[in-house]
Amino acid sequence: MFSLATLALFLGMCIVLARLYAGPTLYDRVLAGNAFGTYTVLFIGVLGFLTGRPDFLDIALLYALINFVGTIAVLKYFRYRAIGDTSPSPKGKPVLHGNLKDQGYKH
Amino acid sequence: MNFFQIFVEAISWIAILGGCAFMLVGAIGALRFPDFWTRIHAVSVADSAGMLLLTLGMCIQGGFTLVTVKLIIIGVFLFITGPTATHAVANAAMVSGFLPKGADEFRKPKIAHDAKTRKLKAKKKSPLKGGL
Amino acid sequence: MFQTIVATLGLAALWLLMSGLYKPLIFILGIISVFLAIFIIRRMDKVDDHKLGYDIGIFSTAKYLLWLMVEIAKSNWAVTKTILSGKAPDSQKMFEVHVTQKSEIAQVIFANSITLTPGTVTVESEDDNFVVHALDFDDGDMGALTDMDEHVTAIETKNVGAVK
Repeated sequence: MFSLATLALFLGMCIVLARLYAGPTLYDRVLAGNAFGTYTVLFIGVLGFLTGRPDFLDIALLYALINFVGTIAVLKYFRYRAIGDTSPSPKGKPVLHGNLKDQGYKH
Repeated sequence: MNFFQIFVEAISWIAILGGCAFMLVGAIGALRFPDFWTRIHAVSVADSAGMLLLTLGMCIQGGFTLVTVKLIIIGVFLFITGPTATHAVANAAMVSGFLPKGADEFRKPKIAHDAKTRKLKAKKKSPLKGGL
Repeated sequence: MFQTIVATLGLAALWLLMSGLYKPLIFILGIISVFLAIFIIRRMDKVDDHKLGYDIGIFSTAKYLLWLMVEIAKSNWAVTKTILSGKAPDSQKMFEVHVTQKSEIAQVIFANSITLTPGTVTVESEDDNFVVHALDFDDGDMGALTDMDEHVTAIETKNVGAVK
């Protein structure tokens, strides 16, 4: 029965990967990448049950953590074109809204 | 195996298979919905119902062990970060001016920075100005 | 101080659960990592001078979570029907929802609840309005969101914003 669940999750991962490949806009791809991470976490968990190795759950937990941070980092990069300190003023107030292109900067 | 055990097993299998069905439905929706703003909702089906049901079923299979504790930690983490990541993607799309049809009233006004901020930003953009 | 002690105990318990190895060296490394995490948390508190408040009651939050599960089940069913019906959804809409919670954590819970129920996504959080995008908008949606807003407001403790 766990093999059926593994197969279904694998199919779902393939479909989401197809959307990641085909997605016309950047945000489609980020969304598909995030969803792919969720699918992978559950897939690893089910695979651990299928093969009788519950140690896999540690890997799943780590994958969940990295997936969230990675999604936020990608979005931050595309909004500010930088990963590190993005505060525009020395006092550290974050820029209000809009990416750099909206504010008249050419890349 | 008495009646109670069979009952618990049946519940766990129903939860796991139902969760897989919801995950597949979410993937299919993400594939065949027409634009980004509808695909977000399709993915959120997999994020909420599929994840919760699969975690519940695996917890019942694990019994009262460390496996269940780890699964609960994974479930709580995904329960909190899933919607947060979805909101982050939607907010980034909106801020960059990518809105659905008929929602132009929510478009952000363009911000004009004063001269000092612009200078600071320009300095940040080229940290290696003046050579290494 | 109370929050720091609770966080230390929680992190230590988490480390003991996840580690599974109890040799002296590993143990010392675990203690060092717990105190490093606590140090970073306290330093972040000092940098931006913005303390987190937990102005919600435990039992009312548990009751709210149970209610939220029922809502998630209902809206999941609706979105699943939309996906499997084979038609492209054509009544999507963006609109504003009024927020009545005072504390930040209750507002976060409300926004995450909106996003967690499929069919509605919080897109932007302004001062006392959330911009929400709905997949199949009809007149019942607004009432459902107002209902959820009342439920979230009910979990706040009474003396919100009194002493931080």
